[in-house]
Amino acid sequence: MTSWNEIPYDIQQVISNTAIAPGAYILKFKKNNPFIAGQVLALGVTKDIEPRYYSIVSVENDELISILYTERVEGKLTPTLSLLKPGDNIMVSKPFETFTQVKPSPVFSVAGMGIVPFMSMLLSGKAKGATLIHGAHYPKYFYYSNILTNTLGVNYIRCCSRCQPGCLFVGRVTDFVKQWNDLDVNRPYYLCGSAEMVVETRDILISRGVPVSNINSELYF
Amino acid sequence: MIPLYGKTLDELKSIVTAEGLPSFAATQIADWLYHHHAENIDDMTNLSKKAREKLSAKYTVGLTKPERVSESADGTKKYLFPVANTRYVEAAYIPEADRATLCVSSQLGCKMGCLFCMTAKQGFQGNLTAGEVLNQLRSISEFKNVTNIVYMGMGEPLDNLDNVLKSLEILTSKWGMGWSTKRITVSTIGLIPAMKQFLEKTNCHLAISLHTPFDDERRMLMPIQNVYPIADVVDELKKHRFSDHRRVSFEYIMFDGMNDTPRHIKELVKLLNGINCRINLIRFHPIPDSPLRTSPDVRIIQFRDSLTAKGIFTTIRASRGQDIQAACGLLSTKALQEKR
Repeated sequence: MTSWNEIPYDIQQVISNTAIAPGAYILKFKKNNPFIAGQVLALGVTKDIEPRYYSIVSVENDELISILYTERVEGKLTPTLSLLKPGDNIMVSKPFETFTQVKPSPVFSVAGMGIVPFMSMLLSGKAKGATLIHGAHYPKYFYYSNILTNTLGVNYIRCCSRCQPGCLFVGRVTDFVKQWNDLDVNRPYYLCGSAEMVVETRDILISRGVPVSNINSELYF
Repeated sequence: MIPLYGKTLDELKSIVTAEGLPSFAATQIADWLYHHHAENIDDMTNLSKKAREKLSAKYTVGLTKPERVSESADGTKKYLFPVANTRYVEAAYIPEADRATLCVSSQLGCKMGCLFCMTAKQGFQGNLTAGEVLNQLRSISEFKNVTNIVYMGMGEPLDNLDNVLKSLEILTSKWGMGWSTKRITVSTIGLIPAMKQFLEKTNCHLAISLHTPFDDERRMLMPIQNVYPIADVVDELKKHRFSDHRRVSFEYIMFDGMNDTPRHIKELVKLLNGINCRINLIRFHPIPDSPLRTSPDVRIIQFRDSLTAKGIFTTIRASRGQDIQAACGLLSTKALQEKR
């Protein structure tokens, strides 16, 4: 919807573009501008395709920018992004703010790629005392799970909707939140995912006594 | 079968070319669809029989009747249209003494997740086509009485910009329905890039869902504030000229104790300074399990008077259809639940 004529951008060279799960890739290129954990930037390959916005996954002091994206077969940009090879050119806007301020001891409740806006905060050490509740259909879609297990320990809760009973919670994020014994109404909650997931989780939190003012929502859009 | 209703003249030209029909047939078809309100291709009698047969093999006019209608004691009617076999969209017909307004939907569900909106609870299932938007007008029995259209039903219209623009083109073109742009209002929560395109490409009125001038409160009510803060929306609006020919208004739902204080009045005046606009205050129609309550009438009136005294033309929207699930999305959600 925005055109590349309306936003300033640089041309960068792709350093790597690696598949980490079926249809999911991490794209890396050199950092030209500093960023704050939680910021997004626009990516493109040609002016003919409108820019799309992606959250930065990298740690703030990394020399590279990493972007996690999933390929949408029906999409205009991601089928082209997934074909990029090291050395190929990519259009990159300056990072800008959407969701960079989190209060202490946050609870991130996210589904699928909704983890992305918070990864940089978690990895940059900007979300002290965080709990992450991540939902996905299958274990392979718990991106960065090794790092997150090391970083968050028991505060990293994976909700796997299509898993057999085992070490992960079997069900959706909403199922978990409904029965979560440690739910603390005084903590700030940050939700990210599809509208349906965010709205349902928000309703559950409200019904369990969390004040609306403690709930922040970020939607796929 | 592909519906013809909702096709622009350019799209009809492509169709007739592809079917090997003369190019003037596109104008004839548009005339039948949008002026004569043909319901079948066979009704298009100035097309040759062969042309009609050719079109009928692939195309249909494509009108869909409402599946249900609820009528309020105040005359408001809420229509429920089936879309994609399993879903519903709502349109509300609101008659008044000197006008009759139709509120149409633009999407199946919504992605925006506003705290006060019932449609948000359905999630998002897809965009309506231009034909599905216009069908909500064409297929109600009061079709010829409607004087004004507002895109304020289910969905965020500017998140479905292409189809909304097409529907506006059909509504306002001479080859289409020939409506004045002054009778059409499109509402948005403030998707800035799409709003810019809308302002450049049409002359229809614009309504912005504002609901609070404060950043933290708006983030809580409307997640879009994380992406397009209201201050940026207003900055963009200040680059455009508004008058009676093209109005910008701000929709402000009054929530008890949340956005109805003198502090809000002061900040609203500051935010909207320099824009020729009006504010519509709206009573909140309660939705199930919502922590929000509507402000008492006395406070809404005080709010209006204070804003008016500070030079902002402010009105209180009359609540209509409260006995027929007035809040947008309530009726279709109920229908969905019944179907499940």
